[in-house]
Amino acid sequence: MTDAADPPVRLSVENLQVNLAGQDVDVVSEVSFSVAQGEVLGLVGESGSGKTTVAHAILGYARRGLAIVGGTVRLDGRDLLALPPAELRKARGASVAYVPQDPGSALNPVLRVGTQVREILAAHPGTVANVDARVREVLAEVSLEATPDMLRRYPHQLSGGQQQRVALATAFALRPSLLVLDEPTTGLDVTTQRRVLETVRDLCATYGVAGVYVSHDLAVVRELAQSVGVMYAGRMVEFGATDIIFRAPAHPYTARLLRAIPSVERSHVLEGIPGQPPRPGQRPAGCSFAARCPLVIDLCRQGPPPVVPVGQGGHLSRCVKAAEAILPPAAQAVVSAGRPAAAPDDGRGLVVRDLRASYGDTEVLHGLDFQMAGQSCLAIVGESGSGKTTLARCLVGMHPKWRGQITFGGQPLPPGVRARPPEARRAVQYVFQNPYTSLNPRKTVEQLVEQPLGYFFDLPRNESRERVVKVLDDVALSTAFLRRYPDQLSGGERQRVAIARALVVEPDLLICDEVTSALDVSVQAVVIELLRDLQVRRKLMLVFITHNLSLVRAIGDQVVVMSEGRVVEAGPTDDVLDRPRHEYTVRLVEDIPKIGAASGV
Amino acid sequence: MSLTADQASTPGGRTRVDRRQWTRLLAAASSGARGRLGLALTAVVVLAAALGPVLAPYSATQFVTTPFAKPSAQHLLGGDDIGRDVLSRLLAGGWVLLVMAVAATVIGLVLGTLAGVSAAYLRGRWDGIIMRTVDIILAFPTIVFALLLVSVVGPKLWLIVLAVGVSHAPQVARVMRAATLEISERDFVKAVELWGVRSWTVMRSEVLPNLSSPLMVELGLRLTYSIVIISGLSFLGFSQPPPAPNWGLMINENRLGLVANPWSVVVPALMIALLTIGTNTFTDAVGRLAIGVGRGSEETAVAGGLAGAVMMGELQQFPLDEGVIEDPEATESREPAVD
Amino acid sequence: MAQLALDGAAVSSRRWRDGHPILWLALSRTLFGVLTLLAVSVIVFAATTVLPGNAAKAILGQTATPARVRALQLQLNLDHSVWYRYWAWLTDTARGNFGISYAARIPAWQVVGPRLANSAVLVLLAGVIGTVIGVGLGALAAVRRGGRADDVLAIVSLGVTSLPEFVVGIGLVIVFATTFWHLLPAVSLVAPGSTAWQDPSVLVLPGATLVIVIVPYILRMTRAATIEALESDYLENARLKGLSPRRLLLVHALPNAIPPVVQVIGLNLLYLAGGIVVVETLFAFPGIGQGLVNAVDDRDVPVIQLTVLLLAAFYVFVNIVSDVVSLLASPRRRLPRS
Repeated sequence: MTDAADPPVRLSVENLQVNLAGQDVDVVSEVSFSVAQGEVLGLVGESGSGKTTVAHAILGYARRGLAIVGGTVRLDGRDLLALPPAELRKARGASVAYVPQDPGSALNPVLRVGTQVREILAAHPGTVANVDARVREVLAEVSLEATPDMLRRYPHQLSGGQQQRVALATAFALRPSLLVLDEPTTGLDVTTQRRVLETVRDLCATYGVAGVYVSHDLAVVRELAQSVGVMYAGRMVEFGATDIIFRAPAHPYTARLLRAIPSVERSHVLEGIPGQPPRPGQRPAGCSFAARCPLVIDLCRQGPPPVVPVGQGGHLSRCVKAAEAILPPAAQAVVSAGRPAAAPDDGRGLVVRDLRASYGDTEVLHGLDFQMAGQSCLAIVGESGSGKTTLARCLVGMHPKWRGQITFGGQPLPPGVRARPPEARRAVQYVFQNPYTSLNPRKTVEQLVEQPLGYFFDLPRNESRERVVKVLDDVALSTAFLRRYPDQLSGGERQRVAIARALVVEPDLLICDEVTSALDVSVQAVVIELLRDLQVRRKLMLVFITHNLSLVRAIGDQVVVMSEGRVVEAGPTDDVLDRPRHEYTVRLVEDIPKIGAASGV
Repeated sequence: MSLTADQASTPGGRTRVDRRQWTRLLAAASSGARGRLGLALTAVVVLAAALGPVLAPYSATQFVTTPFAKPSAQHLLGGDDIGRDVLSRLLAGGWVLLVMAVAATVIGLVLGTLAGVSAAYLRGRWDGIIMRTVDIILAFPTIVFALLLVSVVGPKLWLIVLAVGVSHAPQVARVMRAATLEISERDFVKAVELWGVRSWTVMRSEVLPNLSSPLMVELGLRLTYSIVIISGLSFLGFSQPPPAPNWGLMINENRLGLVANPWSVVVPALMIALLTIGTNTFTDAVGRLAIGVGRGSEETAVAGGLAGAVMMGELQQFPLDEGVIEDPEATESREPAVD
Repeated sequence: MAQLALDGAAVSSRRWRDGHPILWLALSRTLFGVLTLLAVSVIVFAATTVLPGNAAKAILGQTATPARVRALQLQLNLDHSVWYRYWAWLTDTARGNFGISYAARIPAWQVVGPRLANSAVLVLLAGVIGTVIGVGLGALAAVRRGGRADDVLAIVSLGVTSLPEFVVGIGLVIVFATTFWHLLPAVSLVAPGSTAWQDPSVLVLPGATLVIVIVPYILRMTRAATIEALESDYLENARLKGLSPRRLLLVHALPNAIPPVVQVIGLNLLYLAGGIVVVETLFAFPGIGQGLVNAVDDRDVPVIQLTVLLLAAFYVFVNIVSDVVSLLASPRRRLPRS
């Protein structure tokens, strides 16, 4: 194995440590990795892993309240962390550039777009001869025309995709050696996301730029990155070539993470990881993953695990068990066989005919038609603006301005909750997207779950309590949770409380509106499997609303695809996803990043 | 705002959110340096005003010395413009001000909260009507409003209290309306509405308990302002008529002798100053800890724990559906946001 | 059919409104301002002419004969209904006829006019200086947040903002005019007929008092708005582009702080309109504040009415201007998405 053919290393990070400012508490520590020219490193991790902190540190930046206290960041041999402030400023933008997560908030709302692209060039005088020409050139590279009108616009006058392309163009303006991208496709629809990723890949290849791509979405990383670094609780627990990491992960966390990710290509049981990562300041002396690791031994808890090379190609793992062939990708149970073929249509299901809904004067749903039979899961998938949330709101009665027909259990449902009889209100329940705002912070879990019982039934106290305990048990929350307040719970736990609250009145139809969008992948897996299990056990009709096609494959028996207020395609999930007919669905399935036959090829 | 708000309400990090909100809030505020200082200053003045009449060595209205006599052993603060004992007048001259200020504050809070919460509760047309009506009062600076009424009926104390109280209403209404709207928009309120619960019950069980923080902050601010205005009116001569001892009036009466016996002016001014600084400082401490409506909570976000801030940086964005189509209904029933 | 037409009209008017936000704002605010003034006029009229009998007696004094009282009542329309009197008064006022001052026996406008000029100078001066100092210190505190300067400014402004204006004024008088130094006049001895700016030393202490009173509010709002801008995502992104700290503050952060700061400046100007009442009385400054106090003492109804109406007009004007300026400074509200 010679080095001659290998491209030169552009970025080399060693022993990076970031602490809470002024305290001895580390947020990120012992992080080391390297990126070669023209390559992209995917930096993956869940909330609190420290990946964004590392991304910022590569530019020598630490957010308010944090401080970089150790390590080196060498870009083309030069340690950015050792540079005086003026030199560091010069390096930013010119040698290393940053593409932010949310372009909508990353662009200054009071400055014109043209100004914001131009100023990065103006801040580094002398690097570019003709500023105007470069602006035009770089905007063209991201497929934006640099017309005077476009340049005079303000960010809010551009679409999300356009905003992100402006951010990309700004980052490439000075032809930096290294690009740091922080989840740049969050909030974009799938097709735009695909285009942005392609643009990034092309530009990196054209200009030989090295890239660090921070993401929680492993499918995207699979497609884009040549090497992957997995972050957990502030440390990099695994590092290596993408293929190898995805096929034969050498760290228990990575392996579990891969099993939690839903795939758009086949349905499998999602395995979550119970528990939560330790927060800064609460990290144990030993391995941070020990508390949740299935392979834990005493040695793991005694001291920080060593970095162990695995195989030949620079694959590293921070685990004492890395050397063994750990966790051969277990055969994944394929659940498709468990799907009810075509459930008997006994008229007790949900029927929607010619549903038209509007906000003010604007019609947003243009005559929806679909139905679902009982005891199954219907997934409604669509992107931003498709109308799926409006549909959910109409179904449950939150949005009363609609015409058409919604029938449930043989009875027509009137628009608006007020017009519905108590029975109908009880039978249709709703779980909100954001677990951080759907629970009253001043009530305990017991009070929250008990509340609807008080409104729908007239039960004696002890029977109420019994029902509450039982439903909490169904969502795998012990009685210890009864007295807790929402702020003491994690996102996943909160969402389970919300589900329990919806289920305690024994509804027939449960509508889940993007209920896992705010959750980490490993937590999402837990909730999805929980829902699937509950649906079967309680014989529920489950309507699952999402923008994520992989979740559709995981949990939906039937699927309705929506676009711009219309039903575009509907049918059994496997049919629709394997053999999409409508061009929108075709494009959707094509554009979504695929995790591939990740484990068990 | 969600995560920050939940974490931000906990002073110092991951401890619990206020359960009985207002007691916890007061306790927390009183434990900090700012809060203690404010409480101390206020207490000193209030005690002096309350117990003063009992402790005063001389009568507040008798002539016991020469005009503007310098301080001496018998008259610790000297004499005022017509030879009364300044110390005695000082001790007797505070409690009326306090009572009036408290009364005006309560009136203002009650009127303003009624207006603001009902405007937020009723929405739509009524919202506009109530708020616009209340806002007309803003066209009158408080002192001017009081003077206007005084010019007709005369400087009656109850009239002044009423005028000051009514002029507090618009500001209180705005704050309470904004707080009510913000809480009503939260998902946990919508969740209860989905069960078909009547609006009033929802308001009572979900919304009102969350309103105590902004209410407390407004209470403190309005109290401070009441004291400022009422003492100002006293200074102008529109309060208790002479020879009543009244701090504001004393300042005016003794101005001429500022060179001869400055204490006759300085000390009443100092009492008023200590009182207002005390109430304002304590309110500031409360405000910093409360779940603020508006910009004051910028500090609380930081106070909520830096570890929380780190977590914030790592959290995924929630992809929001319907981001393109803004719900016009949501914006129409609100006042055009001016910021 | 008619319903459709109405719906159509509603839709197109809303479209016009969304397409011309500045014009719409100016028009709607002006309309609301006029309504406010009308409402104010009703309140003013109701408050000051409640007891017609006393009004005539007040003008003529206790020794007036019943016949003269009666004659004056007729002249002042006092035997007509309230509505008639209000309408007569309103139309008079709109035409510029503000009545005769009871105390001075000359047109109310001649009493109020010169005072208005003096107060205008005072308020403008205090407003401008206060804004400059407040914004400057606020930006400084924001940039140095958490540091020594910021803490000191926070404590001092908290203290000062709690104080009533006359306490501040007294403090200044003690320091600068009587006890410690004798630099400035404690009382504004302006000869009647001359104006304030002919002897500027008379403006200093009252002006300084007002400046001190408003600076803390402007400081705190500027600080908070600037910090919000400095800690925003767009500023972080700009910093990572390698822009200089100066550019970050002046081009990126401060322009975003304009709308709330403009709002608070407007609020403070309105506050000054009330504050001058006490401050002018304290310093015997011949402005409308002192004029109002005198008028109340004398029950000089026309002067009271005129003064309050002028202040309300000032309120409406300041509101319109600050709303429009706020709007101009927010492209997101000014320009609809295309």
